[in-house]
Amino acid sequence: MTETAVPPGKAPATAPGARTTRRSLPRRVLARPEVGALIGALAVYLFFFAVAPPFRQMDSLATVLYQSSTIGIVALPVALLMIGGEFDLSAGVAVITSALTASMVSWQLTQNVWVGVLVALAVSLGIGALNGFLLMRTGLPSFLVTLGTFLMLQGLNLAVTKLLTGNVATDSISDMDGFGQAKAVFASSVGIDGVQVKVTVFWWLGFAAIATWVLLRTKFGNWIFAVGGNRDSARSVGVPVGLTKIALFMSVGFAAWFVGMNQLFSFDTVQSGEGVGNEFLYIIAAVIGGCLLTGGYGSAVGAVIGAFIFGMVTQGIVYANWNPDWFKFFLGVMLLAATLVNLWVRRQATRR
Amino acid sequence: MSDTTPAFCAPELVGSSAAPPLVELRGVGKSYGNVRALHGVDLVVRPSTVTCVLGDNGAGKSTLIKVVSGLHQHTEGEYLIDGAPVRLNNPREALGRGIATVYQDLATVPLMPVWRNFFLGSELTRGPWPVRRLDIARMKRVCDGELRAMGIVLDDLEQPIGSLSGGQRQSVAIARAVHFGARALILDEPTAALGVKQSGVVLKYIAAARERGLGVIFITHNPHHAYMVGDHFTVLRLGTVELSAARDEIALDQLTHHMAGGAELAALKHELAQVRGVDTDELPKDPDAAPEAQAEAEAADEADGTGGPDETREEHTA
Ligand SMILES: Nc1ncnc2c1ncn2[C@@H]1O[C@H](COP(=O)(O)OP(=O)(O)O)[C@@H](O)[C@H]1O
Ligand SMILES: [Mg+2]
Repeated sequence: MTETAVPPGKAPATAPGARTTRRSLPRRVLARPEVGALIGALAVYLFFFAVAPPFRQMDSLATVLYQSSTIGIVALPVALLMIGGEFDLSAGVAVITSALTASMVSWQLTQNVWVGVLVALAVSLGIGALNGFLLMRTGLPSFLVTLGTFLMLQGLNLAVTKLLTGNVATDSISDMDGFGQAKAVFASSVGIDGVQVKVTVFWWLGFAAIATWVLLRTKFGNWIFAVGGNRDSARSVGVPVGLTKIALFMSVGFAAWFVGMNQLFSFDTVQSGEGVGNEFLYIIAAVIGGCLLTGGYGSAVGAVIGAFIFGMVTQGIVYANWNPDWFKFFLGVMLLAATLVNLWVRRQATRR
Repeated sequence: MSDTTPAFCAPELVGSSAAPPLVELRGVGKSYGNVRALHGVDLVVRPSTVTCVLGDNGAGKSTLIKVVSGLHQHTEGEYLIDGAPVRLNNPREALGRGIATVYQDLATVPLMPVWRNFFLGSELTRGPWPVRRLDIARMKRVCDGELRAMGIVLDDLEQPIGSLSGGQRQSVAIARAVHFGARALILDEPTAALGVKQSGVVLKYIAAARERGLGVIFITHNPHHAYMVGDHFTVLRLGTVELSAARDEIALDQLTHHMAGGAELAALKHELAQVRGVDTDELPKDPDAAPEAQAEAEAADEADGTGGPDETREEHTA
């Protein structure tokens, strides 16, 4: 502060004291949340490419991508939610709730699967809205609120299925009207160069593009960063905090519905006890992808890479002929490594 | 906003005109249940002036600005904006009338880029609904222009605002309030958590805001900071006005004395002498205010060039 006060309007182009230097290119690149994950993905890919010969085939890549997409589609909104400063522990069982709803509504009430599909969408969005509403109303941490809905949904999945079907799984709906259409939308394959790629892979990448656009190029995206980064500041400048968070929970509901439909139309029936534990896979994908657990920082692309790493490790272990028991161990190592890298990256980004 | 208020008028012209003040409090009081936090407070804020509100902890400064900013309603007296009595229900209403408040810790989202922070909650967009998107180029242009008009030059508007210094962050928040139509700007202890140099940055932008025609209410418990930019000084004590004086009616040492509370200082002196055997001759004599503390602060100010705002002041009152 060596210059004297500058008369307003006549501020010179160079006011030495007030000037900040432009951050160097490497530092600006490092400031991107997904950089750490990208390096990690490359390392994991090269590793399995070297140790597991079947991993090198295009068919295997298609399998890895399918595995990644079923986690990645939900990991996307979970990442946005985490940027917005909240968790959703109910997302894993919500996928099954959605599939069960579609299946049982179709079976019990009509003979057309589309009715069930739409009712399931409404139910899934409703669960998301309920999570968001409870959070805003009670002021409890989302960890607790969604732990509650997680347990409730888990119980409902089992109890209602048993009540209606007398079984732990739903009856097959493969002979109903619209099954073929719905399967084409949610669970078909597309041949590319002789390799069958599941349609969810394309949906996943499409959703990722939309999520990225929303996050970086729209008002709502700005609000997501703000409510997660400093909720009180956001509120004081007029950002609708409650609305933003409820919308985020509903987008998780939407993704849970989509993956639920994929499961239903892939296998015709749904096991009511499944889905438990997947909520952590979504969160892990988001964290490996550079989302900050405390909110306010992260990206949709990062969540895509995080889910891809997950898919590579799951399938890579199989292709390498290892005991799959090692999988969780690897996942834990990667989670810790990613968290440390992200911490370091963020320090670099905000360093003065 | 610059077309509704004379941007670069000398304060005398604005101040002495018949136009009603931007903000006026007449005998305002505020009770929290049984606690009478504020009573009988008069305050006048005119365009292109800096009104400093000073006082020790618990004097009622925060209560006063909460009333002015619409966070609380006064329980006695009158609150006038542009000469008309008002009763504000929330900060949004105050903002709608051009009264903006910059809170020290509520100003920004640290991890977001400067330009996103600047427009947060009032983003500019383009395009029809399903593809309505942020008009990033325009926002960056406007943000850069507004910051430059306040004398803040940043080369990289993409840097997270958390990487700016505390003073710069406050200054961006001030520029933001000015851009979104503030006519009166309330700053709650903007320099309290800042070092000498950073305080200088903020004081400079307070002066710049005044030059742009704003009426500034500057809350502080530092008489040196107040005296560098202030046109009028109001000292609160136990919820009521202890002193209200224009700049030419009061000197810095008198202001410091009022702040410290002459009688209390004498009592403290006595106590210290009893408890720890402090040499009371070393302590400032009543009624003179702490001369060495004052000299110290002035020396520090000079060394850091924070005399800047003062020079601006001299310039425009001359
Ligand atoms: N919300 C409140 N409820 C009850 N008493 C309050 C409240 N806010 C402030 N007070 C009281 O009002 C007095 C003035 O406080 P405040 O305006 O915060 O002073 P300052 O900002 O000058 O330190 C204090 O005695 C404080 O205890
Ligand atoms: Mg206070």
